[in-house]
Amino acid sequence: MKVLVTVKEVAAVEDEFEIDGTAIDEAYLEYDLNEWDDYAIEEGVQISESEDDVEVVSVTIGPERSEETIRMALAKGADRAVRVWDDSLEDAEMLDVEAKTNLLAAVVEEEEPDLVLSGVQADDDGFGATGVSLADEVGFEWAAVVNDLELDVEGGVASVRRELEGGVEELTDVDLPAVLTIQTGINEPRYASLRGIRQAQRKEIKPMTLDDLGLSADVAESDLEIVDMYEPETESDATLFEGSPDETAGQLAEVLRDGGVGQ
Amino acid sequence: MSDVLAVAEHRRGELRDVSYELVTVGSEVADATGGDLHLAVISGDVDAHAEALNLEGVDAIHTVDHGEEFNHDVYAQVVEQVYDAVDPQVLLTPNSVNGLDYGPAVANALDLTYVSDAVGVEFDGSTLTATREMYSGKVETTTEVEAESVAVSIRSAEWPATETAGDASIEAFDATVDEDAVKSTVKGFEEVGGGDVDITEADVLVSVGRGIEEEENLDLVRDLADALDATLSSSRPIVDNGWLPKNRQVGQSGKVVTPDFYIAIGISGAVQHVAGMKGAENIVAINTDPNAPIYDIADYGIVDDLFEVVPALIEEFEG
Ligand SMILES: Cc1cc2nc3c(=O)[nH]c(=O)nc-3n(C[C@H](O)[C@H](O)[C@H](O)COP(=O)(O)OP(=O)(O)OC[C@H]3O[C@@H](n4cnc5c(N)ncnc54)[C@H](O)[C@@H]3O)c2cc1C
Ligand SMILES: Nc1ncnc2c1ncn2[C@@H]1O[C@H](COP(=O)(O)O)[C@@H](O)[C@H]1O
Repeated sequence: MKVLVTVKEVAAVEDEFEIDGTAIDEAYLEYDLNEWDDYAIEEGVQISESEDDVEVVSVTIGPERSEETIRMALAKGADRAVRVWDDSLEDAEMLDVEAKTNLLAAVVEEEEPDLVLSGVQADDDGFGATGVSLADEVGFEWAAVVNDLELDVEGGVASVRRELEGGVEELTDVDLPAVLTIQTGINEPRYASLRGIRQAQRKEIKPMTLDDLGLSADVAESDLEIVDMYEPETESDATLFEGSPDETAGQLAEVLRDGGVGQ
Repeated sequence: MSDVLAVAEHRRGELRDVSYELVTVGSEVADATGGDLHLAVISGDVDAHAEALNLEGVDAIHTVDHGEEFNHDVYAQVVEQVYDAVDPQVLLTPNSVNGLDYGPAVANALDLTYVSDAVGVEFDGSTLTATREMYSGKVETTTEVEAESVAVSIRSAEWPATETAGDASIEAFDATVDEDAVKSTVKGFEEVGGGDVDITEADVLVSVGRGIEEEENLDLVRDLADALDATLSSSRPIVDNGWLPKNRQVGQSGKVVTPDFYIAIGISGAVQHVAGMKGAENIVAINTDPNAPIYDIADYGIVDDLFEVVPALIEEFEG
C-alpha cells in the first residue's frame, strides 16, 4: 500500500514586522513545516510501522528552500519525496486552492496512492481546503478534521473520528482510496533522530516541473487577488500595565483583588 | 442582479448558530445587487429547520429530506443540484468543521473559485471582495475575486444572527441522491472531554498556552492557580501534547467558558481559542508579543515574559 503525505513549508511572522505592499516583508518571516502536516507525516509513518509493505511518499509544492522541510519528513521516516516547482509557479502571486488541487492531482495520478494524508489547514494563508478539494478532483473519498484513524487495509475502509465543534466527535467509515485531513493531537509527532537525519540525506527528493506533470503554465493562474494587507485595527481598549515584572504583577494583583480573586 | 445560495447547518436535531449568520451575510450580498437569497436545508427535520429559517431577507428555501445527519457525500451531490437549479453567482457555506468537509469538494466540482474563512464580504455584482486573516490573525487581507462564480465560506460569530421572521417560499427540492456515490457512513457521535473537573463552572481560570514551552514549566501556572484559588485550563497545543487532559481545553473543539476572570498566559488568541473564552467577564493576557490577537479582546495586559511575571504574581498573593 502507498500513503502520500502532502506537506507545506509555512511562513510564520516575527513579533514585530513590516508589510511591504500586499505581503509581509521577507525579512520578518521564518519558515517551518506546517504544524498539521507534522501530524500527517507521523500518521503515515505509524501506518508503515504497523502494516506490511507500506511506502510513504511525501509531496510538497514549493521552491528550493522547501527542501529543508521535505527533508524533515524524510528524516522522520517517509521513504521518498516529490517536490513540485516551476519557474511559472515562481511568478504566480499566490497559489490558490484550485491551483494546488490541480498540481497535487497530477502527482496523485502519477503515484496512485491508496491513502492521501494532508493537514487540516496551512498555518500561513490557511485555506483549510486543499485536501477535500483534491479528493473531489481525483475521485477519492475523504474526511476532514480527522483526529483518530483505524485502517482496515483488506476491507478497504478507514474508520475515522472527525473532531466537530464543542467536544463532539463523529465516527465515520470511509472507503479507500481516500484523502484525510489530519488534525493536531491525533498522535505524538516524533523528533527526527540523528540516524533519521543521516538517512534522509540519501533518500530521493524527485523534482517535478509542470512539464513533467503534463500541466501547462495556466494552472497557476488565479482568480483571487490580494489587493490589500494591513494590521487589523484593534478594537482593544485593554489596560496595559507597564514597568518591571514586579510592578506590572503588582498592578494586576490589585485589579484581581478588587475583583475578589484570591481573597 | 445576482442571486445567492446559502447552505444551512444543523447537527443532532438543532440548527447551528452559523445558519442564522449566513442569512445575514447572504441577504447583505443579495440586497446589494437586488438579487434573491436562496437557502438549502438538507437532511434532518427539514420542515422544522425551514420554518425556523424563514427569516427576513430570505426569498426561497429549498428542502431536501434525506437522512438524519450531515453526510458529506449527500451534501456534495445535493448542493451541486440545487446550485444548478438556482444558478446563483455566490455560494455561501459555513467555515465550520462540516463546512470544511463539503465546501471545497463542491467548489471544485462546480468549478467555483473558493474563498475560505471570510470575516467580511462585499459584492458589487461583478467583483466579490472578501476580508480574510492570514498568519494566525496577525494581518488581514482584502482579497478580490474576479470570477463569474464564487464560493465563500464564512467564519462563525462574525455576523449578527438574523432573527426577524420573513416570508420566504418553502419548497421540497427534488434531488436525486446516487447511493452508489455515497462512500462514507456516519456511525454515530461521541462526547469527549468529560471527567473530574468542569472548567465551565470556574469563576477564575488560569489558562496556559504554548508559551510555557516545556511540560515541567506547568508547575509554575499550577502554583499561580493555587495562589489565586483558580482552576487551570489551557489552549489546544497543551492538550495535544498530552500535558493536560482534554477536559481542560478551551475553544472551538473544547469548552466554552465564561468565568469572571480568564488569565491567558502564553496564549496567542487564535480564533478557535477565542471562540471558547470571549464571553469571559474580564480577560487578562500575559504575552511577550504586543501584536498577539489576544490583546484585541483583553481587558488587561502585561506585554512581558511570563517566566518573570508569573513568579512575581505568585509572590503578590503568597508573599
Ligand atoms: C478545526 C480547529 C479546531 C481548533 N480548536 C481549538 C480549540 O478548541 N482550542 C484552542 O486553543 N485551539 C484550537 N485550535 C488551534 C488554534 O488554531 C491555535 O493553533 C491554538 O489555539 C494556538 O495555541 P497557543 O495560543 O497556545 O499557541 P501559539 O499560537 O503558538 O501562541 C503562543 C503564544 O505564547 C507567546 N509566548 C511565547 N513565549 C512567551 C513567554 N516567555 N512569555 C509570554 N508569552 C510568550 C507567543 O507570543 C504566542 O503569542 C483549533 C484549530 C483548528 C484548525
Ligand atoms: N504548497 C503545498 N504543497 C504541498 N501540500 C500543500 C501545499 N499547500 C497546502 N498543502 C496541503 O494542504 C493542507 C491544507 O492547506 P490549505 O488548504 O492551504 O489550508 C496542508 O496542511 C498541506 O497538507
